[in-house]
Amino acid sequence: MTLDSKIPSGPIEKKWDSHRFNMKLVNPSNRRKYTVIMVGTGLAGASAAASLGELGYNVLAFSYHESPRRAHSIAAQGGINAPKNYSNDGDSIWRLFYDTVKGGDYRAREANVYRLAQVSGNIIDQCVAQGVPFARDYAGYLDNRSFGGAQVSRTFYARGQTGQQLLLGAYSALSRQINAGTVKFFPRREMLDLVIVDGQARGIICRDLVTGKIETYAANAVVLATGGYANTFYLSTMAKASNATAIWRAYKKGAAFANPCFTQIHPTCIPQGGPYQSKLTLMSESLRNDGRIWVPKKKGETRKPQDIPEEDRDYYLERLYPSFGNLVPRDVASRRAKEMCDKGFGVGATGLAVYLDFADPIKRLGKHVIEERYGNLFDMYHEITAEDPYKSPMRIYPAVHYAMGGLWVDYNLMSTIPGLFVAGEANFSDHGANRLGASALMQGLADGYFILPYTLGDYLASTKFAPVKMDDAPFKEAQSGIEDMIKTLMSINGKKTVEEFHRELGKVMWECVGMGRNKARLQKALQEIPKIRDEFWNNVKIVGAANDLNAELERAGRVADFLELGELLSLDALHREESCGGHFREEYQTEEGEALRNDKKFAYVAAWEFAGVGKKPILNKEPLEFEYVKPSQRSYK
Amino acid sequence: MRVFHDSDTIVAEPWRTKAFPILKDLIVDRTSLDRIMAAGGYISAKTGGVPEANSIPVPKHDAEESMDAAACIGCGACVAACPNSSAMLFVAAKVSQFALLPQGKIERKERVLRMVEQMDKEGFGNCSNNYACEAECPKKITVTHIARLNREFIRAELT
Ligand SMILES: Cc1cc2nc3c(=O)[nH]c(=O)nc-3n(C[C@H](O)[C@H](O)[C@H](O)COP(=O)(O)OP(=O)(O)OC[C@H]3O[C@@H](n4cnc5c(N)ncnc54)[C@H](O)[C@@H]3O)c2cc1C
Ligand code: SF4
Repeated sequence: MTLDSKIPSGPIEKKWDSHRFNMKLVNPSNRRKYTVIMVGTGLAGASAAASLGELGYNVLAFSYHESPRRAHSIAAQGGINAPKNYSNDGDSIWRLFYDTVKGGDYRAREANVYRLAQVSGNIIDQCVAQGVPFARDYAGYLDNRSFGGAQVSRTFYARGQTGQQLLLGAYSALSRQINAGTVKFFPRREMLDLVIVDGQARGIICRDLVTGKIETYAANAVVLATGGYANTFYLSTMAKASNATAIWRAYKKGAAFANPCFTQIHPTCIPQGGPYQSKLTLMSESLRNDGRIWVPKKKGETRKPQDIPEEDRDYYLERLYPSFGNLVPRDVASRRAKEMCDKGFGVGATGLAVYLDFADPIKRLGKHVIEERYGNLFDMYHEITAEDPYKSPMRIYPAVHYAMGGLWVDYNLMSTIPGLFVAGEANFSDHGANRLGASALMQGLADGYFILPYTLGDYLASTKFAPVKMDDAPFKEAQSGIEDMIKTLMSINGKKTVEEFHRELGKVMWECVGMGRNKARLQKALQEIPKIRDEFWNNVKIVGAANDLNAELERAGRVADFLELGELLSLDALHREESCGGHFREEYQTEEGEALRNDKKFAYVAAWEFAGVGKKPILNKEPLEFEYVKPSQRSYK
Repeated sequence: MRVFHDSDTIVAEPWRTKAFPILKDLIVDRTSLDRIMAAGGYISAKTGGVPEANSIPVPKHDAEESMDAAACIGCGACVAACPNSSAMLFVAAKVSQFALLPQGKIERKERVLRMVEQMDKEGFGNCSNNYACEAECPKKITVTHIARLNREFIRAELT
């Protein structure tokens, strides 16, 4: 496999413009002759489908959800970045570019990140025009706030529902195209395989989740905008249904999977209540703008937090990082919280939590200001824990939250399979080893509104397509492969539920491949995961029928994939003998306990190539060069 | 669901309305709401062809009220709670969100007419001021928006 990143030549600030000029265009009257399959209609998929439909392509959009409105993007709370410099605090495209490369711990492609920073301003324009009700000041202009890891206020937000509002905006644009007939939306369809004809991605196999029917669809190109794989860890802040099946099956068909071990832990989640809890809830990290994080100085402190005087509190982030304080990047904040709890300073019933306190800002700014900023987050916390955060501090603990890794894509967002494009969280693109807050929404919409519509057009205009029929061999083979897999799953009739296997996998993942990783534990994971997988294929029980709405069967397919992906994730983590961003190898840290990168050996993208289940995948490397932002050890002191 | 007593009876049933056919068990098909959206629940802004975001200021009060309406998640609880199976609260939330913003005012007439027409076609009932919807709405959408929907509708019919 050769990895050609197709980064255009020229100075970084001109690359995208000159590339756009050099790309081929499809004549407007010819566009409807091209069919594009869009799998996923979250932020990335809905914005891409709407934009491609508007250009005149024939778009078939698929989602396992009932409506595009249900995509997991709806959960994003905090905000979306754009260097508009409305706050006059010195922001610029360069600064956002610089912050993102640095925040990603020098494991992202400079050219992609620059382009992302460049188009991000247009996203805000687009969303405002669609009627997204962003927060405004009293003069009627857009309001900004600062977000984890940034020293400028560049984050746009809509109360605590930014993701929902952006998704509804993209969904409304998509609805308009559905009405116009350029996009056909297929709800409750799960893509289960990719169809490749003569080396090109030409179609997909889907299961109709209502009738169980296996269907085939053909197109000139396929886009996967299917979200992230954090649910490999079982407990995460992702929706229960979020899964990796689309990208995983594409991987098994030859698409390289990049940097799977780059997963992110979010520092501010509501702690787990007990072992049967199957989902964790995120509290937006925007809370760290005003909230102060602390633990009691005394181990086993029994006083109520309100009764603990200042001198008995350790505001450890402010102590360790005087200039960034509570706003250090996610990985740093998460690791420090775990460390405090491991040392015995944790609070709450499980001892696995730290305080996030709003008493000071409420005193300084007034309750109404805090209410306006975070009202719905406080309500949510109250609903889940039955504690009132206006009165006593919140308890928070880190949880798996985001996947920086994903299918490898070139500058055009095309995977290693010609005609297969990947957008949003599903690709590995722009965040390197660590994503900064409010940058995923930005990337998803950048991919969908402003990048794919061009690069996909270029691919269509410059590629020759042989006519395909649904009864051609590649379609038939892929279809019967899926039918066989479902038959096998249904016939195992063992003793354990799908959920039990997922929970077992999650336990191994969190313990061995979670926040701190080391060689011994990663090797243990690599032994344990195949065992769980073998047992799954011999002992899983799936109730119900295959030709019916069957949530158990849906889950079984997804967990089967997590059981393979978990192994790749661990392998990638084992091979990367350095610490960077969200990947913290305990063996590689500075004396102060900071991540220690090894740029000489590991300044590359690890793109894994499938070699068969249980076989060692092939490692391909895309070297990363840093011409503009010179790698330095991150320091938030 | 947080507060209940021992031996209380808890009733679980699918959203009950003709416009949400039952698929299986508690799962219903709410795509009728998506069809209402497709009929007009948008501002026709083309990708790329839009002005700079701060070029049209929006009074904070309007933006906040628009945001109140935009909070609707399209869950359909309002429909299920309504004795008439009316989707007025849902439609009102959408119409209100756009009608309050300068960007949305341009298409306000066609939007409300088309959305209401689709709502009727899908078989949702009419509003008879029960306010059960407001009581059940998880996003605290208020019936004030239904009043605005009615005003928008009459305005559109008359102009
Ligand atoms: C709790 C939470 C809070 C967050 N807050 C922020 C924030 O404040 N700022 C920020 O920038 N980012 C935030 N993020 C990250 C961000 O929300 C996500 O990365 C982003 O929304 C992903 O968008 P997407 O379009 O790539 O995927 P999704 O929104 O996950 O959409 C995936 C789509 O693919 C479909 N799909 C998947 N697999 C298949 C299949 N096999 N067949 C058919 N359809 C399929 C789904 O139905 C869905 O439509 C947050 C994430 C979480 C979990
Ligand atoms: S109950 Fe509220 S949130 Fe749900 S659809 Fe109705 S108006 Fe929207």
